Amino acid sequence: MLLKLTGGRIFDPAHDLNDVVRDIYIRDGRIVDKPADGRIDEEIDVRGKVIMAGAIDMHTHIGGGKVNIARTMLPEDHAQAVYERTELLRSGTGHAAPSTLTTGYRYAEMGYTAGFEPAVLPINARQAHMEMHDTPIIDKGGYVMLGSDDFLLRMMAANSDQEAINNYVAWTINHAQAVGLKVVNPGGISAFKFNQRKLDLDEKNEFYGVTPRDILHRLSRAVQEIGVPHPLHVHGCNLGVPGNMQTTLDTIQGAEGVPMHLTHIQFHSYGTEGDFKFSSGAAEIAEAINKHKNITVDVGQILFGQTVTASGDNMRQFAGAPHAHPNKWVCMDIECEAGCGVVPFKYKDQSYVNALQWMIGLETFLMVDDPWRIFLTTDHPNGAPFTSYPHLIKLLMDKSFRNDMLSTLHPEAQKATHLASLDREYSLYEIAIMTRAGAAKLVGLADRGHLGIGAAADITVYTDNSDREKMFEKPDYVFKDGQMVVRNGQVIKITWGTTHVVKPEYDVSIEKPLQQYFDKFHTLKMSNFKISNDEIIDDGRGSLTIQPLHKGGRL
Amino acid sequence: MTENSTATVWHEVASPFCGIASDDLTIEVNGNNVKVLENGDAVTRPGFETPISDIQPRINGKEVTLEQAVSHIAELLINSKQPLIAGLGTDLNGARAAMALADKTGATIDSYYSPAAFRNILVLQDTGYMTTTLTEVRNRVDVLLVVGTDIESTFPRFFERMVWNKESMFGQEIESREIIYLGKKPSGDASTSPNGKKAQVIACDNVDLPEVVSVLRALLKGKQIQAETVAGLAVSELQALAEKLKAAKYSVVTWSAGQLDFDHAEATIQNVCEMIKEINATTRSNGLPLGGKEGDTTVNAVASWQSGYPMRTTFNRRFPDYDPFLNDGRRILADGESDVVIWVSSFNTAVTPPESSASTIVLGRSGMQFKSEPEVYIPVGVPGIDHEGRTFRTDSVVSVPLRKLRDSGLPSVFEVLSAVEQAL
Repeated sequence: MLLKLTGGRIFDPAHDLNDVVRDIYIRDGRIVDKPADGRIDEEIDVRGKVIMAGAIDMHTHIGGGKVNIARTMLPEDHAQAVYERTELLRSGTGHAAPSTLTTGYRYAEMGYTAGFEPAVLPINARQAHMEMHDTPIIDKGGYVMLGSDDFLLRMMAANSDQEAINNYVAWTINHAQAVGLKVVNPGGISAFKFNQRKLDLDEKNEFYGVTPRDILHRLSRAVQEIGVPHPLHVHGCNLGVPGNMQTTLDTIQGAEGVPMHLTHIQFHSYGTEGDFKFSSGAAEIAEAINKHKNITVDVGQILFGQTVTASGDNMRQFAGAPHAHPNKWVCMDIECEAGCGVVPFKYKDQSYVNALQWMIGLETFLMVDDPWRIFLTTDHPNGAPFTSYPHLIKLLMDKSFRNDMLSTLHPEAQKATHLASLDREYSLYEIAIMTRAGAAKLVGLADRGHLGIGAAADITVYTDNSDREKMFEKPDYVFKDGQMVVRNGQVIKITWGTTHVVKPEYDVSIEKPLQQYFDKFHTLKMSNFKISNDEIIDDGRGSLTIQPLHKGGRL
Repeated sequence: MTENSTATVWHEVASPFCGIASDDLTIEVNGNNVKVLENGDAVTRPGFETPISDIQPRINGKEVTLEQAVSHIAELLINSKQPLIAGLGTDLNGARAAMALADKTGATIDSYYSPAAFRNILVLQDTGYMTTTLTEVRNRVDVLLVVGTDIESTFPRFFERMVWNKESMFGQEIESREIIYLGKKPSGDASTSPNGKKAQVIACDNVDLPEVVSVLRALLKGKQIQAETVAGLAVSELQALAEKLKAAKYSVVTWSAGQLDFDHAEATIQNVCEMIKEINATTRSNGLPLGGKEGDTTVNAVASWQSGYPMRTTFNRRFPDYDPFLNDGRRILADGESDVVIWVSSFNTAVTPPESSASTIVLGRSGMQFKSEPEVYIPVGVPGIDHEGRTFRTDSVVSVPLRKLRDSGLPSVFEVLSAVEQAL
């Protein structure tokens, strides 16, 4: 079966194609060369349409314990967003924390073909994969979380060599079936268990004497040395704290040139100026990002309305709990490994702080020069649900729309921003970089995010529309692995995406201390901790795609 | 059972029969006979060792093939005005299949263990909580407050595994751990320390817990209490307990909602949970709800991620519709609001469907005895014995893989319910 998409305007930044008219040929789920015999089985006329690879959300909380706590906790939020069963689709619910089936359908309907869960606790990875397994159409994967786990902190306190830490990181990525490594409030989640209420970059964990800076240094090196393409994914110290921009600048400086991805940077870009002692640090942060080519960021844009914040950072979530809306929240300590906090939140446009958060996110988007190093996220659902992406794209692409919105916000906040004077409007090509080519490169997906020969045929076709929100919320067609899954913004076929993983090599000698650790301190056996490939394949619907390692990897 | 050359010994086997899901069991399998060799207890031994008796499905007491049973179920569902899928003692994939079938048939879904589970879920949905997990308890607990629960009667190995372990990761003197029972007295000595230190007991009746817990919370908040006694307890005794919780570095307050069997126990659990939050203003303290055996945690987790809601959800309007009171399976059956019930109980032969006017279909563990024969009975395999599976522990964070230990040929709940869905 050979399918031809004829005459579309191609936006494929991985191949420097910016609005170039080309035909695309698809066979067996892949993009192929024009057939030598010219035989086409089916042709779709897409002349004048905008063609991009399927979009990739490189940071979205779609699976795992804290997301499911959020779901169970918020029946009133679901009741406002119920989805009936159809002949084709399962029923579902959810605005801020949608059910897995609804999540897959909504992503596909917006032209997204992959989403990556950024906070997979090793001990909860099995659950994260179960939930992602029940998320249709899109590909998925997870970044496994270390940095407050006692095994690592014990190694660091004992001054283990980097080789041993590399081994542990590689072992964990393998057996949690992950595609990258995440750290959340490095060492801080552990510190909270010892009743420390904050942990600055150079402050010591009371028990281990280890600082967040040490942890970032060790883990970012490990990721680089074992050849995992995705740089260490960092949720830094002091999330949400006024003045945390200095911590962020120090973190960037402290990376010492090693690749590092700073996630939801908006929440880490706050100054303390002005009457409210809360100001934008976006300009300084953007300048630092522009200067340090080893740094990538995603924004974690906030948008106004009800949502829920779900994070591994229970130290900061506990501090934020008095702001819960509605007034209910959960914090957990988890298995000498991690924690989580779930706090519902309503961002209000007439709140000075919330309005400024909105502005800081947009300032960051507009002041970071290189679209290959900044990514479009709302840190779903923490800043806003992922379904608001088309609206966010419009804010980036349409200055007058942006400034109209700005003029309705808290008046004091408006005085505290230069946003209105920023003229930049993102182009379609830049959107394609941020949400496709750049995201695939960042996550380390060799065969996704581009439209080259041999790529997976994950393709989104839009009708050009100067109202970018309308354009991006309802693509004409979405193809997943060559199959048309969406037509006119409606799901027409259910497929089940693959799970992307990396398999860095490790020396099996690491299992000796791990075995002792599990036997002595844990309530689970090491053998039962490991997630087999069969568990990902599960009932036959799942599959595993092993992505290549970078040079420097020993495989 | 006699030893012979065909016996297989399995190590590091996880138990789905208890909410703490101990995974250090050694099990011997000889044909269809299963024997727990090491680390068994009063819950896991019968769980694993209950023999297989019947293997053939029945319709109205007459043996039929699995295909006949499946098409009979499909027929009943097609003609049903309001099906109920209940019991739900099953694993991950059984729960998935049940959710898919409920969605397709407009069924209501509820678990046998919901009356207990909802005492906690209602708190989560109203005010939330701070909780911890088993490995944290094992390494950090310094004061364990047990509220209204005789832990060892339902979690026989809790103290051995979580409290009286040999060593804490943080250099804590294990013997210094303090155990305090508030409410029920322990039924045995599991809570006694290795050196013989007995747990402190502040005894009261369960029905007095609402009042006692309210006073304890008030004392922790520094409120003045005029009364000198509450439910027969000296307020000074509760004051001393409050001081201990304030002085503790990592206290854990535990309860088993299944044992807090009094009206509106959720309000008392909520008071406990709010008290824990308040203790955290100055030191660390966490809740540890104990429960979750036989798929209890699993079915609520799967229902939540697939529909947004835990158990007690109906699909009769073609979308998930949650109501923790109206969709109570027991109430529905008692009030005759369902005409077909699919009762799933693959772990426990004693968990049988209540008498009702509904046509009853049972997917049950082999050996189940009925007061009145159900319309359809299919003996199904036990997850973790007859087929692979996964189950969640009480903390709803850790899930364990369950292994296939023998080849009994019994179908899984997933296989049966998926076949029913296909047959519709």
